[in-house]
Parts: sequence; structure tokens; C-alpha cells
Amino acid sequence: MTSRTRIALLAGIVVLAVVGAAGYVWLAQRNRADALAQAPDRAVDADLAAVARGPHLVFRNTAVGAGYGQVAVVPLDRPGGARALTPATCERVFAIRGEALCVAADRGLVTTYSAQLLDASWAPTRTLPLVGLPSRARLSADGTLAATTTFVHGDSYADPGQFSTRTVVSHADGAPGQDLEQFRLLVDGAQVRAADRNLWGVTFVDDDTFYATAASGGRTWLVRGQLSQRTLTSVRSDVECPSLSPDRTRIAFKKHGDLPAGQWRLAVYDLATGRETVLAETRSVDDQVVWLDNRQIIYGLPRAGEGSASSDVWVVPADGSGTPGLLIPDAWSPSVVR
Amino acid sequence: MYLSLRDQPAADQPGSTSQVAPKVARTVVLLGIVSLLTDVSSEMVSAVLPVYLTVQVGLGVLAYGFIDGLYQGVSATVRIVGGYTGDRSGRPKWVATVGYGVSALSRLGLLLAHGFGAISAVVTADRLGKGLRTAPRDALIADASPSQALGRAFGVHRALDTVGAAAGPVLAFALLAAVPGGYDSVFVVSFAFALVGVAVLVLLVPDRRTRPAGPRLSPRQLARAVTARVLRRPMLAVAVLGLLTVGDGFLYLSLQQRESFDPAWFPLLYVGTNLVYLILAIPIGRLADRLGRATVFLAGHVVLLAAYLVGAGPFGGVAATALTLVLLGTFYACTDGVLAALVSRLVPAQVRGSGIASAQTVVALARFGSSVAFGAIWYTIGRTPALLIMAVALAAALPFVAWLLRPADRVAVAA
Repeated sequence: MTSRTRIALLAGIVVLAVVGAAGYVWLAQRNRADALAQAPDRAVDADLAAVARGPHLVFRNTAVGAGYGQVAVVPLDRPGGARALTPATCERVFAIRGEALCVAADRGLVTTYSAQLLDASWAPTRTLPLVGLPSRARLSADGTLAATTTFVHGDSYADPGQFSTRTVVSHADGAPGQDLEQFRLLVDGAQVRAADRNLWGVTFVDDDTFYATAASGGRTWLVRGQLSQRTLTSVRSDVECPSLSPDRTRIAFKKHGDLPAGQWRLAVYDLATGRETVLAETRSVDDQVVWLDNRQIIYGLPRAGEGSASSDVWVVPADGSGTPGLLIPDAWSPSVVR
Repeated sequence: MYLSLRDQPAADQPGSTSQVAPKVARTVVLLGIVSLLTDVSSEMVSAVLPVYLTVQVGLGVLAYGFIDGLYQGVSATVRIVGGYTGDRSGRPKWVATVGYGVSALSRLGLLLAHGFGAISAVVTADRLGKGLRTAPRDALIADASPSQALGRAFGVHRALDTVGAAAGPVLAFALLAAVPGGYDSVFVVSFAFALVGVAVLVLLVPDRRTRPAGPRLSPRQLARAVTARVLRRPMLAVAVLGLLTVGDGFLYLSLQQRESFDPAWFPLLYVGTNLVYLILAIPIGRLADRLGRATVFLAGHVVLLAAYLVGAGPFGGVAATALTLVLLGTFYACTDGVLAALVSRLVPAQVRGSGIASAQTVVALARFGSSVAFGAIWYTIGRTPALLIMAVALAAALPFVAWLLRPADRVAVAA
């Protein structure tokens, strides 16, 4: 092969490589633009006003395409059907009738978060103080109280002793919020003053009483708190992220037990009898669950595999029987509005 | 990082400081271009592989640790084979071509592989290719250059190499910015670069029959030379340090998870470290000439320890991430080329190539163990404790390593 032939061959290969690669990238860009322009897999054309009038589920829409990250609603009787998008975009959302607590993220090289109270038309009415990475958000049943938990240090509950949370109970009417770490923490009668104590996962009973998780020295407890007394009293150990049932008799929570770090199992604790029932969901759930009704729990689970930014909302019976079922595909952070 | 397993000592070869800068052979420049293109290709992929595997494919840290270990360790198993085959057959160009070719094809493999097993196989193939081609390529460079120009030839090749390695992550970042989540685009462009690199090698680099520099050594003499007593302590030191080095991929993944920034920014971490390294390489090189190589080498590992602590530490934010990159870049500036220089001074010239290859084999195998172990620790205990454990272990090992390396430094200074 002469030198001229070689150079010609090389030139040909270079052209092929450049055209091929550039063409592929250009096509990939175009495909992405097309996919975003088309109707996404999950129909989002339901009528928002009609759905919001009746009982419905409020959640964060994680279906790929237009509307990713926006708060969406589906009717309670057809959760797998078409969803209606609201104008709000939230990382975590908790809604009751006429009001919602929304934690929004502004992602970039540095990500910042803000917590806002939204009214019935999904417009922000108040901004709540938020420091750190948000984790849990809850409203009381009448919407007068809002609780947020953020990570001040660390980013997950998986490393015991490695994170520091800040939980603030705010008043919707503008009264100053209360940092739960300033409350008196009593475990088995003795006050815990250790600097490593953390509190998270508030669930409201009424406008004075609530349950939450307290942790210190590597142990966690279910604590019952009183805003007026500024006290937290332990009820039971190894209970994280409690959620009170609508009939206020049981607490659903995630239980660490003997599992490896960063894994939990869902369980329900009966406040009257003290009995603990492990639920039929065997996968690890890192979420503060919500009661669909007095018999079923719903929670979000990330979907492992391709495009694993996706997640789904699952439902499981609260008495430990049955099997988990997919309630809302491509969803996260659910709450029930009746 | 590729650069820390440098193949040749820095330009301190006898005779490299001559009055007239000798012309560098065309073959050397062509091989430099081949390396540039191939490095763009491979660094592009390695800059996105950690996030691709954990975020897109959804592998856990345990699985990622294994693949990272493969990435670091596999090339070790064939490095000596590549050198030996190149020398024996006298046709290093074709051995190198096989190596480059297999690596190029593995880029296409990444497009198709979606499961843990398939990806492991593809990564293994790529690194086998890299291990196979390194020594024959160096033999080609050495063969094409007169002995007084050897240092300069390797220097030129190295410079082109470095440009490619620095450009790769920048290109990956640009592609991910243009096509969000478009990891397949990164792989296709990577393949294009690798293909052109192979084409340049096959079509333009002359196929010279090489003759070994000195009298041919039998495998037994070779084995005896590379396991010489004088090498044992440095090898042990290097093995210990290799075991306690958390790979770049893991450290950057740790930063990304702590800050939870968009994966599209991930390649910038590599760019940042490269930048710091390039800025500090020469000043620290001069420092090493004054204070002694081993001292700077050890100081570099103290800096690495600091990088682990900042990576694990309670402070987050852009400042902490930037500081980690600065520390890591400084570590590379302190330790780059030291290994090759150390080995070259301890073994006779005929076995220098094999000596360096065995040192790199020890490092690569140690890194394999370290990646798998780190992944296992992260999985069981958690990210921050794992980094802290590595930091503590490194701190404990440094005095021992300092003791192991002291005599070598003195010998080198006296020689």
C-alpha cells in the first residue's frame, strides 16, 4: 500500500468517524426533544378541577416527559388512570383539603431548597424556614401546623450517628416555629441531653400533640410530643418515621431491627395493645408512609434499573396480610385528600 | 487516574539535557497522536462510568466496587505478557494494534451491555487491551529514537498523552450537557476517537522489527531481576499504599451523593483534578528534586488522607468539593512518576521495562483489592465511615511505608 493510499484511507476513516459520531449525537438530541414534545406515557390530561373536587391522591409526578417533578392528582377510585398536573413543582409534597406543604428544589451546581405552603389553587401563601436537605414534610389534619425535617449534616438515615437533622413545627398563621431539638426529651423517664440527639418524622394527632422519631447514641424511639409543654416522651424503641392512622389507634413506621445499615421494614404499632405487626412489604422502604384509609398504607419505592430516577407508589394492607400492590405508577411522596 | 501509573520516569534520563534539542522522530509524534486520541476515548468513558453505573444502570456500591476493581486491576495481568510478546516477536506494532483494537471495540460493547455481568466483561476487555498495548508502544518509541533523545521522545509522547487525558472529561461534560442523560452518545463518540486512533496506528506508524536493547534475558533471569531483594521493600510499600487508595470513581461518587448534584456535572470533577495536577506538576517536581522524591511521595499521601477526610467530613457545599479536588490533584502531582523513577534506579537497564511493569502490576492488583473492599465497607457500614476507615488506615500505614522507602531514597541520592 503506498503512502498516498494510506493517507486517503485514514482520511476516509476520519470522515466516517466524525460524521457517524456527530450524526448519532444530533439524532439523540432530536429524539429527546421529540420525546418531550409528545404526550408522555402517563396521560396527564385529566381535568384538575374535576379530580380535585372529589376524593383524590396528591403526589409528585415522576413520569418521564413533560410534567416531571410537578405535583399531580388522580381520583381515589382510579389511581392508575389519567392524572391531572397542577402548576406546582415540588421535591416532596403533603396535601390536605385546601392546603399543601411543598418542598421545592433549585438544582444546579449548588442545589437550594425552600418550603412553601400552597393554597387550594396551588399558589404559594407562605414560605417556611428551611435549612439543609429536606427529608420529611407533614401537615396537621386541619392544616394549622406544618412540620419539616431537614438534614443539616449528612444526607440519609442510613449512617447512624453520621447525620444531624433539624425538625421545625411551623404555624400556618405566622406564629414563630418551634425547633423540636429545644424540647425536653424524656426516654424511660430520664431526660436525654446528649448533643447527638436528633428528631425527625413528625405526624400530628391534634394541634398540640404529635408523634415523632427521636434518636441518640445509635438508638431510636417513638416519642409523643406536646407543643404546649415542649416535651417529648418516649413510647417505644426502634420506631422511625411514624404515621398516625386516621382513627388514631395505630402508628405505621419503618423498623430497622437487625437489617443492614440503610434498610428498614414497614410495620404497624397498635397504641392500645402495644402489639407490633410487620407488614407484607419485604423490600426496604425509606419513607414516611401515609394511611390510604384505616386498613391500608401507601408509600413510595424507587424503581431500580434503567432510568432509575423513577419511583412508584405502592399500597399494602396494614394488618400484615396480603401482598404489596402498585397503586400509582411513576409517582412519589403521596398523600390522601378526602 | 491513568497518569499515576506513569510508564517512564520524568525527564531525568542521562543525556536528556543536551545543548541542541534533538529532533523527535515522526513515529514518536504519530504514537503520541494515537495515545492522544485513545486517551480522549478512554478518559471520556471513565469520567462518566461511575455515575452511569450507579445512576443509570442502577448498580449498588458493592457491584460498582467490583467493576472499579476490574478497571484498575485487570490491565496488570497482561502488561508483562504484552511487553514480553512484543519483545519476543519483534513486531510490537501488531501487539499494540491488538491492544488498541480490543479497547476500541469495547466502547461499542458498552452500548449493548446493560447488566452487571456484561458490563464486567466489557470493562475487562477494555483494560486487557490497555495492558497489552502499553509496553509494545513504549518499545516502538524507544526503537524509533536515538538513545540521547530518549528522554525527550518519551516527554513529547507524554505531553500529547496528557492533552488527550485532560480533554476526555471536558468532552464528556459537553456531551452530557448537550444530551442530558445521553451516556450512549458518550460511548459512541468515544468509539469514534478510538477508531481513528487505531487507524492512525495501523496505517501511518511504520512496522519496524525491533531488536532488544541488550543481550536477551531468559525468563528465569528476568524473574530473578524483577524480584530482586532491593526491589522488595519498595514493592511492599507500593502494595500497602495501593490497598489503602480509594479510587477516584468512589471518591467522586461520594461527593456526588453528599451534594446530590446533577450527574451531568460529574465529569467536571475529573477536569478539576486534572487542572490542579497540571498546574502543580512542575513546581512540585522541583520541590521533589530539592527535598527528595520519597519525602514528596509520602507528603502526597498525607494530602490524600486530607482529601478523604474532607470527602467524608461534615462540611458540604461547593467549597468542600473544590477542596477535595485540589487535594487530589496535589496528591497526583506529588506521586506521579515517582514509582517508575524509583524502580528505574534500582534495577539494571535491560530489565527496566519489566521492572516498571511488575511494579505497576503490584499497584494494579492492590487497587483491585482496595476497590472491592471499599465497596463492601460502604455497602455494610455506609459512605462516611468507609472513608474515615480508609483515612485512619492510611494514617497508620504511613510511618511503616516511610520506613520501607527510606533506604531507597538514600541509595538513589547516593547513586
